[in-house]
Amino acid sequence: MGADSTVIMDGAGVRRALTRIAHEIIERNKGITKIALVGIRTGGVYIAREIATRLHDIEGERLPVGEVDITLYRDDFKGHSLHLPVGKTDIPFSVEGKIVVLVDDVLFTGRTIRAALDAIMDHGRPAAIQLAVLVDRGHRELPIRADFVGRNVPTSLKENIAVLFDSEGLPTEVILGK
Amino acid sequence: MKQFRHKDIIALRDLTKEEIELLLETAESMREINSRDIKKVPTLRGRTIINLFYEASTRTRTSFEIAGKRLSADTVNITTSSSSTTKGETLSDTALNLLAMKPDIIVMRHSVSGSHYFLSKKMPNCSVINAGDGTHEHPSQGLLDMLTMKDRFGRLDGLKVAIVGDITHSRVARSNIQGLTKMGSQVFVAGPPTMVPPGVEKLGNVIACATMKEAIQDADVVMMLRIQQERQGKTLMPNAREYARYYGLNPVNLKMAKPDAMVMHPGPINRGVEMSSYVVDGDQSHILKQVENGVAVRMSMLYHVCSGEIE
Amino acid sequence: MSLLIKGGRVIDPSQNIDAVLDVLVENGKVKEIGKGLSAPAGCKELDAAGKCVVPGLIDMHVHLRDPGLEYKEDIISGTRAAAAGGFTSVCCMPNTKPAIDNKAIASYIINKAKAEGFCNVFPVGTITQGMSGDRMAEMGELKEAGCVAVSDDGKPVCSPELMRRSLQYAAGIGIMVISHAEELSLVGEGVMNEGFTSTEIGLKGIPRVAEDIATAREILLAEYTGAPVHIAHVSTLGSVRIIREAKARGVKVTCETAPHYFTLTDDAVRGYNTNAKMNPPLREAADVAAIKQGLKDGTIDCIATDHAPHHLDEKDVEFDAAMNGIIGLETSLPLSLKLVDEGVLTLPELVEKMACNPAKILSLGRGSLASGAVADITIFDPAAQWTVEADKLQSKSKNSPFLGWQLKGKAVATVVSGKIVEI
Repeated sequence: MGADSTVIMDGAGVRRALTRIAHEIIERNKGITKIALVGIRTGGVYIAREIATRLHDIEGERLPVGEVDITLYRDDFKGHSLHLPVGKTDIPFSVEGKIVVLVDDVLFTGRTIRAALDAIMDHGRPAAIQLAVLVDRGHRELPIRADFVGRNVPTSLKENIAVLFDSEGLPTEVILGK
Repeated sequence: MKQFRHKDIIALRDLTKEEIELLLETAESMREINSRDIKKVPTLRGRTIINLFYEASTRTRTSFEIAGKRLSADTVNITTSSSSTTKGETLSDTALNLLAMKPDIIVMRHSVSGSHYFLSKKMPNCSVINAGDGTHEHPSQGLLDMLTMKDRFGRLDGLKVAIVGDITHSRVARSNIQGLTKMGSQVFVAGPPTMVPPGVEKLGNVIACATMKEAIQDADVVMMLRIQQERQGKTLMPNAREYARYYGLNPVNLKMAKPDAMVMHPGPINRGVEMSSYVVDGDQSHILKQVENGVAVRMSMLYHVCSGEIE
Repeated sequence: MSLLIKGGRVIDPSQNIDAVLDVLVENGKVKEIGKGLSAPAGCKELDAAGKCVVPGLIDMHVHLRDPGLEYKEDIISGTRAAAAGGFTSVCCMPNTKPAIDNKAIASYIINKAKAEGFCNVFPVGTITQGMSGDRMAEMGELKEAGCVAVSDDGKPVCSPELMRRSLQYAAGIGIMVISHAEELSLVGEGVMNEGFTSTEIGLKGIPRVAEDIATAREILLAEYTGAPVHIAHVSTLGSVRIIREAKARGVKVTCETAPHYFTLTDDAVRGYNTNAKMNPPLREAADVAAIKQGLKDGTIDCIATDHAPHHLDEKDVEFDAAMNGIIGLETSLPLSLKLVDEGVLTLPELVEKMACNPAKILSLGRGSLASGAVADITIFDPAAQWTVEADKLQSKSKNSPFLGWQLKGKAVATVVSGKIVEI
């Protein structure tokens, strides 16, 4: 982070936001019996695990957390020069008939979400997919909106948002850099 | 972040340890796709892959074809029964004709060692993947063999791998030797002296053994090579019977390897020659896992030569 | 018609001359060598200060590809390349189409070379009819027609019996047999030297013993029959040793090597470079050292190029499909001069290997600047630096592994029968 970066959410703020999202998921879906969580690698997976912990605290049921890597679904491959590693996708449950809550740390253009939606659809036909994000920074390029938002942060395109995690994958703070 | 920056994959000799690691890691990720109901991702949508096979091969060609299709590429197969060197169009002209159709990747098998380098020079904007060239390399086989070993042991570093058979004429052996020794394995080769090429020990951490016993003693992996009478000719060994007696793998000599040693073979197998059926179908055989990993490895190769720049 | 070559370093091993002198040529013959010679009236003068003036270089192993394969080279382009490389004479091998196995083809070559060539051409006839390895060619008539040797170059004479009889028959006529020493069953499908490089890059190997065994056979046959034999393009340590031993016991064997065999190893094949594919193949460092030692101690008599032009289409293919051979006429002198820089040979020794010995072995009546000798003279600048560039080569074909090389030493004038060749 450069000198121009500011902390827009501290650890406590992140934790409160995630707890609220957990409550909203339960309220919206009248419980969690049909819910399945899928995080987008890598930040989204950490956030999804935090939400799963909170759902367990509240409802007493431990939900599995799937992981999806969207590299193979990107829409921006061009030319022949840069070659990204492909992360593992691991969805250890059937999404058939489930309400999948897709989780990411930051929602920006929506292209990552589009890719993740396609990836999940390739695993089966969920009853519904809902989207939970810690931060929505705007600038959508696709008709996508989040169902659960930790915090809306209006940004300019020159700015960037980073969610920091500790070594155990717990979110520590959210930083806005210029 | 690891990156793969080659236009082509022609030989594991040309790749670094890190690049081989990346290809294997990506293959592990690709495996998930093969276990789904819908075995397809859109990654190479709109890309065209030509499988150009100058030698018959059901297994490798099918595996590359499935790999391409699972990545949503359009795959076309051209199988030419005769080698281009004996009749018909030259490889150079074939290359120029194919190039005019703007393929993104050409997967080629050819009987002449090094012909992929020749092809690649003719097509600066098309990736070339080697599906076997003469007696040089067979990188996809080397990678899938390494992935199968990595699955079993969780590592390649420090493994003792015995490769037994016609080392001189084996592109499978060359790719495995190049790859494994880069990854820190120790390779022991054995075969009739007529089938062990000069200087094989200088290829890496390779020990040439006088007997099969020496090679497989305490091995983690025993890899048997296919004996092809048509390739070995008349002068390299008396016959298959005597070969099987001294260089064939059977339940008795397999006991000399480590108790949990894995047995591999690139296929197709001559049962009763390289290996007895008891070993082929036994618990220690990983031959079908090799085939299964073939698709994932080839998806990884196609992805890494073709996946492009991120905007 | 006279020419005075002034102030050059005249090296003529046939007369033990190595000094700065003038050479006066009259009517196509050497008239006089001496200090401060004055030019007769109307004499052309050539300042050779700083240059070497030597008996015209002779390449006893060249493929001119004419008749029949003129798309690779012909007598005009080949002799132009020879003259550009400093050669006043070449001996052309008989694997043309048709082969030089009869008087008519030999006469065609001699006549065309006389009419249109840039240097002397001495044809080599075949040992066997059509190079089939089956029956002897008409060696008597071939000699009458002007052939200076017989050879099935490109192929060995496989039958030891036929080779034995050919040696005997040729000796009776007084024509030299040049052997392409190769045991084909050991070559098999090999396309490069068998060794670590072939192991690593997966090309099929040709073992050195394929050459050694054939060299030994020719020597034993020469020894048994008492007939002379000349071994072409020696490339292996083993052949050098076998020839050295044979010479020591008095066998009438002579031999040649080519510049690539003392300049390159099979490392040059890496990258599947078809311009490093030839037969015999490039060998290894130990062989290169043995070839140099053989040149130094006199085991190897001559340096010949085995100039083997091939069309781009025959080289721009997969390695196994590529034709064997490289061009050599225009790079031979500078590559050989490196041996002088390295201390392997003295300049006079080099001149022996490239002019005097080939003339002697094939009785060409050349290789000397003695008074009255044919005025075939090569003048070269041993210090001239130049880069080998395909489009500056005179040969029709450009199949050289030395393209792009910086070389030192270049012919500045090639004098054939007293006339400076205009290239």
